[in-house]
Amino acid sequence: MSTLSACIQSYGLLGPGLADWSAARAVLSGEQPHVAARTVLPPPAVLPPAERRRAGRVIKLALAIGAEAVAAAANSAAPDARTLPTVFTSSGGDGDNCHEICVTLASRERLISPTRFHNSVHNAAAGYWSIAYGCTEGSTSLCAGDASFGAGLLEALAQLACGAPAVLLLAYDADYPQPLYAKRPIPDAFGVALLLVPPDAAGQLPLLQLALSDAAASTMDHPGLESLRASIPAARCLPLLERLAQRRAGRVVLDYLDTARLAVEVHS
Amino acid sequence: MTPLQLTHFTATSCLGRGLAATLAALEQAHCGLRPCRFETVELATYIGEVDGLDQVRLPLPLERFDCRNNRLAQLGLMQDGFDAAVRAAIERFGPRRVGVYLGTSTSGILTTEIAYRHLDPVSGALPQGFDYAGTHNSFSVVDYVGRLFELSGPAVAVCTACSSSAKVFAAAQRMIATNQIDAAIVGGVDSLCLTTLYGFHSLQLTSAEPCRPFDAARDGLSIGEAAAFALLQRTPAETAPEAIMLLGAGESSDAYHMSSPHPEGAGARSAMRNALTDAGLAAGDVDYINLHGTGTPSNDSAESRAVTGLFGNATPCSSTKGATGHALGAAGALEAIICAIALKSGMMPGGLNLKQPDPQLQLNYLTHNRRGALRHVLSNSFGFGGANCALLFGRAA
Repeated sequence: MSTLSACIQSYGLLGPGLADWSAARAVLSGEQPHVAARTVLPPPAVLPPAERRRAGRVIKLALAIGAEAVAAAANSAAPDARTLPTVFTSSGGDGDNCHEICVTLASRERLISPTRFHNSVHNAAAGYWSIAYGCTEGSTSLCAGDASFGAGLLEALAQLACGAPAVLLLAYDADYPQPLYAKRPIPDAFGVALLLVPPDAAGQLPLLQLALSDAAASTMDHPGLESLRASIPAARCLPLLERLAQRRAGRVVLDYLDTARLAVEVHS
Repeated sequence: MTPLQLTHFTATSCLGRGLAATLAALEQAHCGLRPCRFETVELATYIGEVDGLDQVRLPLPLERFDCRNNRLAQLGLMQDGFDAAVRAAIERFGPRRVGVYLGTSTSGILTTEIAYRHLDPVSGALPQGFDYAGTHNSFSVVDYVGRLFELSGPAVAVCTACSSSAKVFAAAQRMIATNQIDAAIVGGVDSLCLTTLYGFHSLQLTSAEPCRPFDAARDGLSIGEAAAFALLQRTPAETAPEAIMLLGAGESSDAYHMSSPHPEGAGARSAMRNALTDAGLAAGDVDYINLHGTGTPSNDSAESRAVTGLFGNATPCSSTKGATGHALGAAGALEAIICAIALKSGMMPGGLNLKQPDPQLQLNYLTHNRRGALRHVLSNSFGFGGANCALLFGRAA
């Protein structure tokens, strides 16, 4: 099998005790301790006021990490958000919205709100993103359960290999309310956005090479971060982000499917 | 793109189980839509329901995946020798080299909808047997298919609403082109549930009659369900002339509205143009277009503008949703298989239920089946959130 590769132009990140990529980088490189705290989701400033009010947690999360990655690449050669293909990946989409719809459908009247219904599609975040940035490029929205981060990374790198000038990968998950939470206990919201460019387009950018593997997934030494990695599918990327934050070349193995992992060689 | 062959394919919808039943229904201009009597739904609408799903049993070791959507997947996989073709491909390439790329919009949500009627009266908990990953999650059907065939290669659900199972062809093609896999099970499985029936009703997008795509008085869609699959592989050196090929895929976003298409069909047009470019074909090379054609006033009008803008008004086209209903996340794959059937049989299916053509829509819209030598056909799929995909299929010769 041939290896897929990409360079990382910029990052966006939001998670428990990780307010943005620069805060996360400081934690992952060991400069700052990880202080556990609920994820704070900013209102999506890029949306018009009516949409902003109706945006659920997952939409806020996806728009926040994407906005951070795009802003961080503003002075680079990477295409701007209007012309940037996107790969959205999430293990479950908007759990609050799903819960509200199921409650309504279990009631006598079954009157679903139209907004709830169109926000129930897995690609709702991608739809809002394209509207907010006027981006008419292709966009996909993936789900591979616990393997969703890996599935998104594979798709993004395959798009680059097939000629995309750049791809914005957004992987994100948020917690369900009860009673779904008891069946799917994702503890909090976590999202990561990587603006990926082809390997030859970069000078000093870190390079990733990716291949399927049978090796065991790398884990985090820090118990709090390991708990995030193990409990939130989008946080399965943390061993890779740790290596990137530390600017340390070498190999990490990311959790993917039950039957396969992703080995990532980092050249920083 | 480098063309890939659909070495095997199959479709199960309200038109019947497998290719022969689907072709026979299309040839007879049979409408599979019936008044909605689904579950406890009380809505004046028509649906395209697949009969007999209550009798389908999943293999015992995969019992935890039991839900309407996975039963539909199981039923679909067992038609036309598709299951045996997949096993032969795995034998040839190995379990890591065969990917699973399936589209769905609602997966097994019906199980969750029903479970919410049976919450524990004291604790509010879901019933003990409720299996989130096996039924509710969008990945459930992909996981089910992967486990059924004991695969260990890349696997993912594409969930871009009504273009989900068109986009899987593009995603799987990229994985084959980059040599991550040698073959892929691509397709779509989406099944009836309350979320979509009541949801489209809330948007006033369901018709009280069988949907009438491109009719002047069209007033909404009819929801259907389907399981449609293709086995996608590199083209062998020698192919029969009637071999069906994926020639191109085009994707775009409307960037306009969550649940309404761009009125001029700008996104639809750019998806079709991208598919032509990807295939290295000109608009004049396309012999038939299977339209998205949902039967909502806004979709058909926007799509008509997009098609005439790019193709003029000579290319024969039709929507088959008057026969099948709108299978949502499975529509792209279902209509891809209908395109394959058209290429193979030389029959362009006429659109059903059209009484009064809409004078605003200047398409060469077929209202009756037409025979002709088909070389290239285009299939359109457009989803909520403005997620568009157009696929180009052709015969090897």
